[in-house]
Order: sequence, then C-alpha cells, then structure tokens
Amino acid sequence: MIRGVKGSLLAAVSLALVGCAASGGETASASDKPAEKPVKFNKDPYPSTYKGYPTRLTVVKGVTIFDGEGGRIDNGSIVMTSGKVDRIGGPDMELPTDADVIDGTGKYLTPGVIDIHSHLGDYPSPGVDAHSDGNEATSPTTPEVWSEHSVWPQDPGFSRALANGGVTSLQILPGSANLMGGRSITLKNVPSRTVQGMKFPGAPYGLKMACGENPKRVYGGKGRAPSTRMGNFAVNRATWQKAAAYKKKMDDGKAVDRDLAMETLAGVLSGEILVHNHCYRADEMALVIDMSKEFGYKVSTFHHAVEAYKIADILQKEGICSAMWADWWGFKMEAYDSVNENIPLVYKAGACTIVHSDDANQIQRLNQEAAKARAAGRRIGIDVSDEMAWTWLSYNPAKALGIADKTGSLKPGKMADVVLWNGNPFSAYTRPEKVWIDGALMFDANDPKRRPVSDFELGQPGEGDVK
Amino acid sequence: MIRAFLLSAAALIALPVAAQDVAIVNAKLVIGDGSAPIEGGTVVVRGGKVVAAGAGVAVPAGVERVDAQGRYVTPGIVAAFSRVGLTEVDAVSGTNDRSAPRTRFSAGLDIAPALNPMGSPVAVNRASGVTRAIVAPGSSSNLFAGQGAVVDLADDMEMVTRPRALQYVAFGEDGSAKAGGSRAATFLLFREQLLAARSYARNPATLAEWGNDAMIQRADADALVRVIDGTTPLFVRVDRAADIVNVIKLKGEFPALKLVLVGVTEGWLVARDIAAAKVPVLVSPLTDLPSSFEQLGATQSNAGRLKAAGVDVSVGVFDDDDAHKMGYATQYAGNLVGLARVPGASGMTWDQAFASISSVPARAVGMESSIGSLRPGRAGDVVIWDNDPLELGSRPTAVWIDGKAQSLTTRQDRLRDRYATPQEGVLPKAYDR
Repeated sequence: MIRGVKGSLLAAVSLALVGCAASGGETASASDKPAEKPVKFNKDPYPSTYKGYPTRLTVVKGVTIFDGEGGRIDNGSIVMTSGKVDRIGGPDMELPTDADVIDGTGKYLTPGVIDIHSHLGDYPSPGVDAHSDGNEATSPTTPEVWSEHSVWPQDPGFSRALANGGVTSLQILPGSANLMGGRSITLKNVPSRTVQGMKFPGAPYGLKMACGENPKRVYGGKGRAPSTRMGNFAVNRATWQKAAAYKKKMDDGKAVDRDLAMETLAGVLSGEILVHNHCYRADEMALVIDMSKEFGYKVSTFHHAVEAYKIADILQKEGICSAMWADWWGFKMEAYDSVNENIPLVYKAGACTIVHSDDANQIQRLNQEAAKARAAGRRIGIDVSDEMAWTWLSYNPAKALGIADKTGSLKPGKMADVVLWNGNPFSAYTRPEKVWIDGALMFDANDPKRRPVSDFELGQPGEGDVK
Repeated sequence: MIRAFLLSAAALIALPVAAQDVAIVNAKLVIGDGSAPIEGGTVVVRGGKVVAAGAGVAVPAGVERVDAQGRYVTPGIVAAFSRVGLTEVDAVSGTNDRSAPRTRFSAGLDIAPALNPMGSPVAVNRASGVTRAIVAPGSSSNLFAGQGAVVDLADDMEMVTRPRALQYVAFGEDGSAKAGGSRAATFLLFREQLLAARSYARNPATLAEWGNDAMIQRADADALVRVIDGTTPLFVRVDRAADIVNVIKLKGEFPALKLVLVGVTEGWLVARDIAAAKVPVLVSPLTDLPSSFEQLGATQSNAGRLKAAGVDVSVGVFDDDDAHKMGYATQYAGNLVGLARVPGASGMTWDQAFASISSVPARAVGMESSIGSLRPGRAGDVVIWDNDPLELGSRPTAVWIDGKAQSLTTRQDRLRDRYATPQEGVLPKAYDR
C-alpha cells in the first residue's frame, strides 16, 4: 500500500525484470555512415497545443494577498483580465466596474502552487502494473526517453492536486531507477484529451538525474553497472564525455548521426535543458556539483535534498535550488539524516528553497508541508513570514523550472494562475475555494460543475463526489 | 565507527525516570473523549494514572505543580494502526521486522519480541506527541499476519502495554494474493483455518492426526482460538464496499468475532451496514485517490460520513507511512476539521477529531478504560502543546507517559544542532556533540 518513491521504485524493479536488452546511452542510428550534412532536427516535435480555458474579467477584493515573491498586501485586490494578472494593490486601487467581483474578506489569495516534482500521469491512479510508466529501467542512462510520452492525461490525481492543493503547474519527471532517467515536462494542471494540451507553453525541458541508492540497486541487482556509488559516477562521466564529444561535433558544424540520447545531453550542455537531480546525501550533492563543472553543465535543483541543511552554504554559493519534503524520513538509508528544520535552514542560508511532493497525496497539501517547515524554523529562531514562505511554493519552483517570467508570482502581465483560499493557507483548517489557471476558473468549491471528473472516474462509485 | 556510535547513542538516552505525581494547572484541557476543551483546567496524575481532570480540581498537597500558562493540555496521541517499533530504516531489511514472508507460521506470530523501544522512530514519534500505538504485523506467508500489541513510546525498555492485543488479516487484493489468487480463496481459507482451530480447541489431538495435511501450526491454532471466542480483536484490512459487507457477514458464522475494520476506503458506501454491525473502523482519512480498483470510491469525506452514520471512527496514518510519521495523526485530524467547512464535504468537529486520535482508537482495541483520555483511572499520558495540537507545526513542550516525564530530544535534533551553521568549525564537526 505504500506508494510514492518506494512504490514507484518497486514497480520499476518488477518492470525491469521483464525488460529487454538495454542500449545504454549509446543508441546509434541504423546507418554506420556519417550523414552528408549536419543534422537539423525539430527541437519541438510534440508542440504544446495548450490554450487557456475561457476567461472573464475578474476582481477579488478585500483579500490578504501573498504575491509569491515575498510581498504581502492586507485588504488587497487583484484584477485578472484576458488570462493575465492586470494588477494587484491595496484598498485604494481603482477597480473595473464591469468585472465579476468576489469578496475576499477573511480569505487569502496566492499564486497557484507549483510542484517541481510529480509523477502524476506517468505513475497514475489506479496504480496497476499496466500504468507503471515512470521508469524506463532497462538501462542506467536513458536520456532519450521523454516523460510526456508516458503521461496519461486522465490520471484522477491531477484534479485532486487542483481542488485540494491549488496546484496550477507541475513538472512530471521520469522516476529515479536510472542515473539519467530522461526528459521531464512542465504542465499546466488543466483537463485535456492530450498531453500536448497540458504542456506549459515555452517551458524548457528538464533532464531527470538520480544519485545514490536507486540506480545502484536496480542495476547492481541485475549484475551490471552501476552497483556502487562510484559506479554511478563512472557511468555518468562516461556518458557526459560522449555527450561532450557529440556536442563539439555539432558545434563545429560536422555531420553527426542523429542520436536522441545525445541530443538531450547536448541540450543540457548548451544550457537549454535544465538538470533536476534526485540526490539525498550532502556528500553526493557536492560530488555532483564537481561533475557538473567537469563537463560544463549546471544543476538547476537537487530534489529530495534531505541533507541540504548540511551544505546549505555550498548550495547558496553555487546558486542551486533544493526541493525538499518537510519531514519525510527513515524509508531508506539515504533518508535517515532528515531533520524537520531542513527547509528553514536552507532558507536561512539564503539558498533557493522549494517544497516538493513526489507524491500523489502530498501534492494535495504542499501548503501544509510549508507550514510545518515554517513552524519548525520558528522554533529555532528562524523567523519566516507567511509571505516569504509562499516563495517556496510558487516563485522558487518557477525559477527552477525556467518559467518565472511567466508565472509563480502575481506581477502584472503574468499568467493569472491564482488560488483563493478560504482562510490562511498555512492552517490545517484551510482549503482552496477557487482556482484560476490563466485567468479561467478551473475549480470552485461552491460549484459542483467546476469539479473535474476524469474519464476513468466516469460511471464509477463516487463520480463527481467531493474528494 | 561502532564504538563512536555507541558512545553518542548512550549520550542520547535519558535514564528511566520513576513515575512522579504531577498536577498540570492553568490548562486549556482536552479530555479526549469528544468533550469540549476546558479553560483553566487541571489534570492530576498520581502513581502513573490520572486521578482527576477538569475545572476546579484541587491540587493535592505535595504534588508537583506545572503551570501550562493557558496552553493546550491533552492525552497523548494513540496511533491507531502502526508499525512503530518494528522498523528503523524500511529499506534496510535487518532493521525491518514488519513482515515475515518466509515463515511457516502465521496467526501465532507475536510482534512483542520484535519491538525496539530504543529505535529512533519511537523517539521521533514521541516528540510529536504520540504516547501509545496500536502496532500490527504487516504480513506472513499465509493469510493471517499474526498478533499485534498495544505499546507505549516511553524512553525505557518495556514497550508493551498489552501483548497479543489484536490479530491482523488483510482481505481484498492483498488477501487474495496470500490465499491463492481470488477473494473466494480468501474467504474459504479464512473459514477453514478458523474451523481447524476450533476443532483443535475441542480436541488438541486432531492437529497431530492431520499431520502434514494440517493447514495451520499449533501456535497458529492457539492464536485463532482466541480470535474465534472474541478474546483477541480481529483487525481486518478491507477497502472495497462489497468486501466490507462480506467481512461483516463472517460474524454470522463466528458470532463472537470482535471485528475492527482497517482502511475501509469505500466504507461510506455501506456506512449503515457497518454502523448496524457496531464494528469500529480505523481510517487513513486523507486517502482520496482511486489507487486501486478496490478504492474507486475514495474520498476524504469518508471519515465524516461514517461518523455521521454512527460508526466509531479512529483516524490513523497508514497508507503513506505507518512507522516514522505518526505525528501526522494531528495534521490529518486537523484536516477533518477543515473539511467540515468545505461545501458538500463531511468532516468532524474539533472535539470529535481529537477524540478520533485518542480515546476512539483506545476503544477500538478494547482499552478505553486504561488509555486514550484524561478521565480518572487512565494512564498518565499527558502532553502540553505549544499551540492548537491539530494545527500545522504544533509540537509538545512536555510529555508524560505513565506519569513519567519524557525526553523530547531526538537524533534529528542533534543533527540539526550540529549543522545549525553549516560550515567547518575550529574542530571538525565530528567532534561536535
């Protein structure tokens, strides 16, 4: 019954047992002959078809606003028009007269929550074997796979994250069985028939990497490399070396055979694709930082950074984000040194701080996870205001995903990805009341028609129920 | 390395403290039985037990007074369904005694000697306000998982409050897998094992006559006899509405069975059947995903709807973590209070929600008269909180178990303090303890 990281991984292992021979990161084209001309390929062959749902000119007034970048307005108002934040301000701000007006008295308004670490769609509910699409556990390096090709848009988890969690954008990552698990994708949390209809327009791709126990266990268990942490690094370095050579050939205008794995890694080396590295232990993070310098790439974010507090100064200096749980611990050896103050200690060091889920349940209450971390910080004298703590949930993940110019805070002109909470969102007693994505009202606790029901749930017990 | 660990471990452990007589005054006092908090309340603990609690309670002469300064004072949390003490690091198999997949025994297994009161999960859960836990085994190689216990989380070596306090069995998909592949096999195997145990009880020689054909061992039969006669409550994991109904029907053939249903994800669909059978349930209340085909009807309103139908609903933490984060019980109970404010949803009042993590689980396991509330005669398990215990991030400032003041310092706190300022010091960090 235990799901999440462990569930995903167990699924990966069982899949791997029936997997076919692996090609490593060394996928070669069928032809041995060099191409006549330098390869030109479409970098966006599965383009986003996302279009926002219909919007109305909307005002929320008399509400407490956290702007997502650390600002707070009491008795504030927001104007949303044509899918964008038009303006936010205090009680004196002029409001349009022809708008839908919502009284936010006693309520709170924030940017939508952004979960930088989710497997919704690639490990969907129900968690049956036929749905286990998150780990291509047939080779330790599979940068050629794209998580969007596994995402099932009908995963009922998307609607729970919207209605209970106020999640408006999320990154779907491959699992952590592999050192290089493949490309991630950032989605808008909207119902769509296709994954293309959910793809966040203009968001860069990510590459999922994983340190530590998982890759060495999955492949060591099959009697192949890597079976140790040093093996992890050796396989990574050999693959980066190959990618660097591939990229140099392309940069020099020489002909290369098309290689999907190398294309992804070359994209990382040229800075177009962001590295999201699952890495629990402090010492391993420090080694990964050196590896990134050895081959000339940058780590955007360490995910599951349970020991980030041990090297918060280094992470601050390197400008690397840490995506963390508030208090998960003890499920495996590399999660043994968890402390409840991890998140506030990283914040105190001035390093980029993110609260993440990796879980279809906890994605529904990331605000509560942030609240627990904030309280733990306060107990040791790290005073984090509500409005600063909200940066952990929207602006910082947006920065780490390369979408902070478009969403993650309530600055004029940005996407109107907004949650109205029925109380202070750092209280256990609070839930989202309304959620807008690109200015369209996608969830309304008072309107059962604004409660998404996936295809899977249609005609099943509890269809359309509160969840 | 080993030597260094032992030394530092020794430093972590406070010496066992004798039960003290203590009166906590000026409390926002929560009895834990579903009644409203009492402002300016007092609780008196003597000889390890609560002797009085309420407003206008006099403090006997010679009893230590602790001023709660108006803060919440409650009974300790009772983890309704857990594996606390059975595992340290889940993925390190030598530390993990939840399940025994290769044993030839089943119902006869008894977790008591597997419990480790010195494990760090005990201390971490205690520091989050959990003082007692209902601990069940995970699984065996057969249908019945074995006998669980009710334990305390005190920092001493005696963890067991009541041994063999429950028998655990999973029906549904997990039960099918154990029984041979179908629910039909589960129900038949269950029935045949109980009947074999009954024959054995009437004539112990039958087991020897069956020889290798016996479907249970002697130790298993001994345990199942106590299930049949209702001495040992039978905790049944079951989620699908139809499975719930069929499990309740087992009482027709075995009328003395003391059933407690665990999980019960689709319970709200058959709430009236559960209420009519007077069967208590333990739920992990935020389960709202159709994670499997036996949980299609999952909703966070399950607990509130069952409660409204008259079912005794205990709130536990077991579909996400069942050993390390029992402190989530307060968060989950708080969420039920929040749910009551959501249009169309069902939750609980604050008073009901708190009872669902204290006296209600104690009642489910048949120990309501000895733990789970601050009514006179109950164990002196008392917590002073820094804030509303159901709110996020609230923590105990003091915990007593059986009237003994407890250490709230954990290994995690030591790590935190070591790295409060993350830089190399004059001496390496290894010397910092």
